[in-house]
Amino acid sequence: MLILECPYCGVNADETELHAGGEAHLKRFGPEASDEEFEGYLFVRENPKGVHLERWQHRYGCGKWFHAARCTTTLEVFGTYPAQTLAPPKELVAKIKEKRPDWTWREFGGAST
Amino acid sequence: MSDMAVITRADARGMITLRGDLGSAKMKKAVKAATDQAIPTSGQFLGNGDKGVAWMSPDELLLIVPYDGVAQAIEVLEQALVKTHFLAVDVSDARATFTVSGDGTRDVLARLCPVDLHPDSFGTGQVRRTRLAQIAAAFWMHDAGFDVVCFRSVADYAEGVLTRAATTGEKTGFFA
Repeated sequence: MLILECPYCGVNADETELHAGGEAHLKRFGPEASDEEFEGYLFVRENPKGVHLERWQHRYGCGKWFHAARCTTTLEVFGTYPAQTLAPPKELVAKIKEKRPDWTWREFGGAST
Repeated sequence: MSDMAVITRADARGMITLRGDLGSAKMKKAVKAATDQAIPTSGQFLGNGDKGVAWMSPDELLLIVPYDGVAQAIEVLEQALVKTHFLAVDVSDARATFTVSGDGTRDVLARLCPVDLHPDSFGTGQVRRTRLAQIAAAFWMHDAGFDVVCFRSVADYAEGVLTRAATTGEKTGFFA
């Protein structure tokens, strides 16, 4: 059972109270974008075997969307953070890197940064 | 074996959904004027079943007022919040309320909701919006047990699952 702490109400919400919203931090490309950019926005996704950044909605609770960092193989939850951001908090990235030094995820947490 | 709890469908209550900036001074005055209560903190319920206020989300409160006083309370809110961005809507008839009382109330709700109901984690004056079996619901704890609120369209379902949870099986003993 996956349990995530909602960053808005502080509740430890279990999976059945939540709604999964797919990958976090997608950048939207609109009408003026190139075909490649639009294709990337629509279809190209990370599919990591490891730590993933995801969107979740506390659907049966406060109804707010938030972000979570979760390992797709062990289900270890590294943390959750509010949705009003374009990147994961530095502390969270540091926490992930500490346990998974090789972790990379799009432009965040690259091995060289 | 006696039942763990008694489920009673409560009389209609006046309920107002109030959304807006909960941190503002105007909101504080408005809630005070309508319910005599302060703004609750996250997960808090203030007042009682006749006049109270429940924290629903970072920008939403549920105000409980007497059923006949809803129109008046909304007028009070609208006057107090004039020229701010807010929503105050009468949801009294959209909701059903149940009271759960007895010595096994925590067991009854723990069977239906994915909530840690141990006395160390959940006590009097706390409110939780969650899932009750297959439906959305909210409940808060007071001295005599729990008040459970759900949509009226699923009230029969809620009554059924609550009653079944309260009248079958044994207490777990986890909440003693």
